[in-house]
Amino acid sequence: MKTFDLKIVWTALGYLLKAAVLMIFIFPFLWMISTSLQTFRETMTFPPTWFPASPKWGNFAEAMNAGPFLTYFRNSVVVTGSIIVLQFLIMIPAAYAFAKYKFPGKTLLFGMILLAFMIPGQVTFIPVYLMMADWGLVKTLLPQIIPFISNAFGIFLLRQYFMQIPEEIIEAARLDNASEFKIIRKIMVPMSKPALATIALFSFVSHWNDYFWPLVMTDSAAVRPLTLGIAMLRETEGISNWHIIMAGNVILVVPILLVYVFCSKHIVKAFVYSGIK
Amino acid sequence: MDKKRIWEGIRPYVLIAPAMAGIMLFVMYPVGYLIYLSLFKYNLMNKDKSKFVGLDNFTQILGRGDFYKALWNTSIYTVGVVILTMLLSLLIAVWLNKKGRFNSVVQAGIFTPHVVSIVSISLVWLWLMEPNQGLLNYLFKLVGLPPSAWLQSSKTALISVIIVSVWQAIGYYTLIIVAALQSISPSIYEAAALDNASRFKVFYKITLPMISPQLFFILIIMTIGSFKVFDTVQVMTGGGPNNATTTLVYYIYGFRTTNIGYSAATGVVLMAIIGLLTFIYFRLLSKKVHYQ
Repeated sequence: MKTFDLKIVWTALGYLLKAAVLMIFIFPFLWMISTSLQTFRETMTFPPTWFPASPKWGNFAEAMNAGPFLTYFRNSVVVTGSIIVLQFLIMIPAAYAFAKYKFPGKTLLFGMILLAFMIPGQVTFIPVYLMMADWGLVKTLLPQIIPFISNAFGIFLLRQYFMQIPEEIIEAARLDNASEFKIIRKIMVPMSKPALATIALFSFVSHWNDYFWPLVMTDSAAVRPLTLGIAMLRETEGISNWHIIMAGNVILVVPILLVYVFCSKHIVKAFVYSGIK
Repeated sequence: MDKKRIWEGIRPYVLIAPAMAGIMLFVMYPVGYLIYLSLFKYNLMNKDKSKFVGLDNFTQILGRGDFYKALWNTSIYTVGVVILTMLLSLLIAVWLNKKGRFNSVVQAGIFTPHVVSIVSISLVWLWLMEPNQGLLNYLFKLVGLPPSAWLQSSKTALISVIIVSVWQAIGYYTLIIVAALQSISPSIYEAAALDNASRFKVFYKITLPMISPQLFFILIIMTIGSFKVFDTVQVMTGGGPNNATTTLVYYIYGFRTTNIGYSAATGVVLMAIIGLLTFIYFRLLSKKVHYQ
């Protein structure tokens, strides 16, 4: 009887501890939402206000008016969307060639892809910026898009996946006189949907959230994405208007959190999969 | 017929051409360009006035205290983040390893910071760590601890940035370790149970060696990733106070307009450090890692 009681206590304690750990990771976001609905006065009181007396929805409008947020949002959508589409157009044929053809120089060329994946943008940003400036592109969205259209990591992942697709299927299609283009479109792509979804989600999350690259590649509000716009709220709003800064932050975070809540299983899988392979 | 054979010969190259062009143009060429720039006193306004200075930028780097400060900060940051994240994620992963609804909810929850932009995370923590109205100091007060200056003091700023980075990273590495743990065949544990092995011994003799490839992977990825830290620093501290959080990338970023040659040389040094770290890891550790 005694051991039985102890077991219940242990289980309950385990749950409690898990809930506490969960709170450590979720709470800052809840606190962000709470702050975004408070008045300036409420943010300045100590002890802190847990729940605003009445939610100030106007904070969001105020945050939106602090900068050209519609432009920022549109830039984020265009940049992220273009990167994903172009990456796929370039990555699929390349991964197919690396997976299914033998040709001289293949090892060397594939080695370069792997090497490219090791060299971080934090090292090459200065020369890339100078190149973009030489080409007269710094006032456009292109410097945020074209450096990423050749996704080395994506090519690597997709090649691994393509290699698992049996040769016989491809040979059979060739006997039926299917062109290589048709084989890619009708066999390779449909059969590797999980890998493609993984790469797409991964790309979406990392480029939507990117801060460093747009920071070094843009110098006007017209081409800035949402991440930069929100970070700049701190400068325009001063360091004490936390309710407005948090309102802007909510605008940035909530879309991606919604995506996460709806496809958390796939996103988590995508990250873990691309981490392990 | 001949035409067809020629086409088949060049076809692979045509298919990989756009990808290779992108990699050549935006990774390989810039690396060469970076090394080239590092040998110049570069004039941004008038390129023709740029002066070849050989290795001057590099000798300058070696003689400058602020470079060593940035290198030191980056090293402390890396060691702190890697050790804390690995220990905590291993602990949490072993703890949440059992399949179950609540466990997967907790796993998804601690992963949340990973899908959110560093900008948002930095801003939220900036607010939590605010010295006068911030929630953390309030909680400190509740449990009787003295308030901390967090990011405002050069003594605590780097630690505060490390805390945020660890908080953000734990979820991802926990999931990788959980996936590794779940791929261990249960029969190995059953055999150990027959031998009456203690829990600690099972963990040390079976679990740890079995997941060592993943731990090794995490070690490399985290070290390289930590050496590139920038976003958190830029949003939370701007490198301050008093250069207490200036990391290498922030240092490079700082000189990007005023002294391009020097900035490029520092970039070359960073690239060399990252390459060296990867090399050392593989040489030292790959022999000790147990591969299945």
